[in-house]
Amino acid sequence: MSAAPSSGSRSWEFPTGHGGWESVIGLEIHVQLSTQTKMFCGCRVTFGELPNTHVCPVCLGHPGVLPVCNEKAIQYATRIALALDCRIAEHTVFHRKNYFYPDLPKAYQISQYDQPLGLSGHLAVELEDGGRFTVGITRVHMEEDAGKLIHAGGASGRIDGADHSLVDFNRGGTPLVEIVTEPDIHTPDQARAFLIQLRSLVEQLGVSDVNMEEGSLRCDANVSVRRPGDPFGTKTELKNMNSFRFLHRGLEAEIERQVGTLEAGETVVQQTVHFDPATGTVSTLRSKEEAHDYRYFPEPDLTPIDLDAQYVERLRESLPELPAARKERLMEQYDLPPRDAAALSGNKLLGDYFEELAAAAGDARSAANWVLGDLSAYLNASGVEVADCPVKAAHLAELLGLVDDGTLSGKMAKEVFETMTSTGKDAKTIVAEKGLGQISDSGELEAIVARIVAANPGPAEEFRQGREKVLGFFVGQVMKETRGQANPQIVNDLLRKRLGAPGA
Amino acid sequence: MSAAGGGPALDVTTLTAHRCRELLAGGDVSATELTRAYLDRIAAVDERVQAFLRVDESGAMAAAAAVDAKPRGERQPWEGVPVGLKDIFCVRGVETTCASRILQHYIPPYDATIIAKLRAAGLIFLGKLNMDEFAMGSSTENSAFQTTRNPWDLDRVPGGSSGGSAACVAASEAPWALGTDTGGSIRQPASLCGVVGLKPTYGAVSRYGLIAFASSLDQIGPLTRDVRDAAALLDLIAGRDPRDCTSTGLPEPAGTPGRADLQGLRFGVIEEYVGETCQTGVREVFQSAVDSISALGGVCEVVSLPSVERGIAAYYLIAPSEASSNLARFDGVRYGHRTAHSEDLYEMYVRTRSEGFGPEVKRRIMIGTYALSAGYYDAYYAQAQRTRTLIIQDFARAFERFDFLISPTSPTVAFKIGERTADPLAMYLSDLCTVPVSLAALPGISIPSGFSAGLPVGLQIVGPHFSERRLLDAAYALEQCLDVNTVAPLAEVSQ
Repeated sequence: MSAAPSSGSRSWEFPTGHGGWESVIGLEIHVQLSTQTKMFCGCRVTFGELPNTHVCPVCLGHPGVLPVCNEKAIQYATRIALALDCRIAEHTVFHRKNYFYPDLPKAYQISQYDQPLGLSGHLAVELEDGGRFTVGITRVHMEEDAGKLIHAGGASGRIDGADHSLVDFNRGGTPLVEIVTEPDIHTPDQARAFLIQLRSLVEQLGVSDVNMEEGSLRCDANVSVRRPGDPFGTKTELKNMNSFRFLHRGLEAEIERQVGTLEAGETVVQQTVHFDPATGTVSTLRSKEEAHDYRYFPEPDLTPIDLDAQYVERLRESLPELPAARKERLMEQYDLPPRDAAALSGNKLLGDYFEELAAAAGDARSAANWVLGDLSAYLNASGVEVADCPVKAAHLAELLGLVDDGTLSGKMAKEVFETMTSTGKDAKTIVAEKGLGQISDSGELEAIVARIVAANPGPAEEFRQGREKVLGFFVGQVMKETRGQANPQIVNDLLRKRLGAPGA
Repeated sequence: MSAAGGGPALDVTTLTAHRCRELLAGGDVSATELTRAYLDRIAAVDERVQAFLRVDESGAMAAAAAVDAKPRGERQPWEGVPVGLKDIFCVRGVETTCASRILQHYIPPYDATIIAKLRAAGLIFLGKLNMDEFAMGSSTENSAFQTTRNPWDLDRVPGGSSGGSAACVAASEAPWALGTDTGGSIRQPASLCGVVGLKPTYGAVSRYGLIAFASSLDQIGPLTRDVRDAAALLDLIAGRDPRDCTSTGLPEPAGTPGRADLQGLRFGVIEEYVGETCQTGVREVFQSAVDSISALGGVCEVVSLPSVERGIAAYYLIAPSEASSNLARFDGVRYGHRTAHSEDLYEMYVRTRSEGFGPEVKRRIMIGTYALSAGYYDAYYAQAQRTRTLIIQDFARAFERFDFLISPTSPTVAFKIGERTADPLAMYLSDLCTVPVSLAALPGISIPSGFSAGLPVGLQIVGPHFSERRLLDAAYALEQCLDVNTVAPLAEVSQ
């Protein structure tokens, strides 16, 4: 069963959908931690390296090996749990989740079960239209990642039709944090907004790359639909949405599928549903699987972790300013509109860039306009990260100074900025090299103005008779003469003076 | 049994590891001669005993030659002393099978921590010793490869699961050996083979590189001819290991036991283990050991530990549960046996594991899988853990009154090969007296205490957590008093 996203208002939309269906969504997010080494061994955490080059007896599950907990991973996970306002367990325990699969070398995943690290948190989310909602966080727990299966010989890397499969264990044992939300999400828009907010939160904690394409941020969804007020409907687990866009489209498709099923008088079956980004449709996975019994039991090879209250407090105090708090502060401190403040606090480095620029340039509004305008456009178009931007905040502040003192017009400043990004040179050098300095010297401009007015007696006469528009002709002539470098305001003033008031 | 180089023949049948050390230190024998003498002994008797799965003659001789190349003054204390290893320890580059077809031809890419320690101490590895498959059993009959025989009566079992280790020491094929104990797998075979076997406190010795059976119970320990050797081998392997976060090491080395009497020590006789469950002959030998303790000035009183009677039931839920998970990695994907015939992944798993595991291992995997299943977990696994807590509390209360607790190590002497293979429950009862000690993570030692109808009877002495030094000291005093012969006659197989 598939459903292409349709346009217009959809029957499932809450709360005013035509069909009167309400969708209920809970998310399960996996965050790969950016520790140097794996969760339970000393192998480096890597991405995109030659298969099976970062493995050892421990992460390959050889006989006799034992896991040893990565302290940094516990610290990172605790930071995430704290940032989500979770209650941190004083006593937390690892469990074994038992199942067979070739990418799982021990045939169990070391995970957490009934004593997770963090419980009962929440995250406040703002929608693009300014609406707000809060998503409860059921739990935050630690676990290890599996290896990666590569299906060869078939089409498109899928298992169907493949003639053999290979396993790359480089990823096996990478520390993961799983975040499970309450079913507090009711639309694909909300789900996307939540995930964007969560990503920026985790990013600002500096504990993960949170890159959905590379898989360091992964999201599955539990989805059901019901009539408002009814008990929860049967849920399905929606997988394989490795971008914000696919999360949105996957949810749309699955909700439509469920509504269609129910409206046809059929029942939704509890199962795993796979989103296909190529077609934008969902399909139920080839399902030989029965209900999984993972036979969880406490991992006897690891001692329970007792987090010292002081340790947790120290971590809490060391948390950076989180996006929601920063947004409020930016609005207050710089008098920014909510939308700008939200955009600047959504990306830690961009926010830092802005604050550095505002401090150096003095004008926060114009700093915000530059950062969210030209700078962001450049970063987006070039794919350059803020950290690697060739134009540092100090350099941009210098450029803004040149606009401020009238050396450059706004238009010229944009050109200079472009040159700065492509050459890495500073603004003053570029202005000097290109002879771009705006001519603001009244004496120099006055001579030019006098010459041009004298050379065009006809238009001058028209102006004096009241044809105000003719002034534009004269400005154009001056600009042509000065190759656009004349200060337009001064040119205007000088022309009026020279031509005399219209109609006089 | 002749030493290399035309020197006088070296008789290894009565050698302890300490004596080996003295001979080496005094220049009486070279490491090469000593190793050769043990290899000759193995060649002479192991066809009958079947203790070794693999003898590493070339590796042992090369290691011995390397020792001999060093000036004696630069050697470490135990350098050049041979040792036998249960085939459950990963030794880099040496086939390690756990006596299972599923690991046949498996060559570990790394050394277990205790192997690295012994290597660094200069011990000579003679080879890998037979055991019950994955240490599951009490007779070594569950080995996929061979049946080890008791050197005191070749028609009888050596006990298990460290039956190869106990038999090889009893048959003087090595001065000492290492085994593992999960519910009695060192102490019970030591008892049946008339040697000393020590299970240390859980955590005293690193488990890294010990192929796991039941992680919360497994401990590595020595099987030796006397208590002093046990103390020395314990000190060589004990210690906290950053690779095993359940390891703690010992608060103090065991040192060299030298206690002469048992003055001022109180011994609790575990009431539940001296009744009708014990063979009469075992009870008699046990009673004479109690008399010896009293003669040495110790005080013996009966103590009841009511919860230990549920020990076997709890153990046979906890250990199989952990095992069902620990043994899941043997799936044919990365190493070990993989079936030759399979159409898909599921069939590959099923056939590989059906072909690779023996019946007892399969039985325990099934028991454990069942006990952990949703809906049964609380009734079985969780209930067993609660029982374990009660057992721990019973022992803790007893140690408020007593320095040590004693019982026969095994309710019976060595039984006949095949006698219990058809009756798993009878086999499980072999570990009646040792299992609760393992559940409580306590140190326990079995020392030879006499004979019943010509077969060895062991005495189990149990101490509080991390009391190894005192435990070995007391065991030494009693050992001197009992003065039991540990040299097996090695009769011909009667058939």
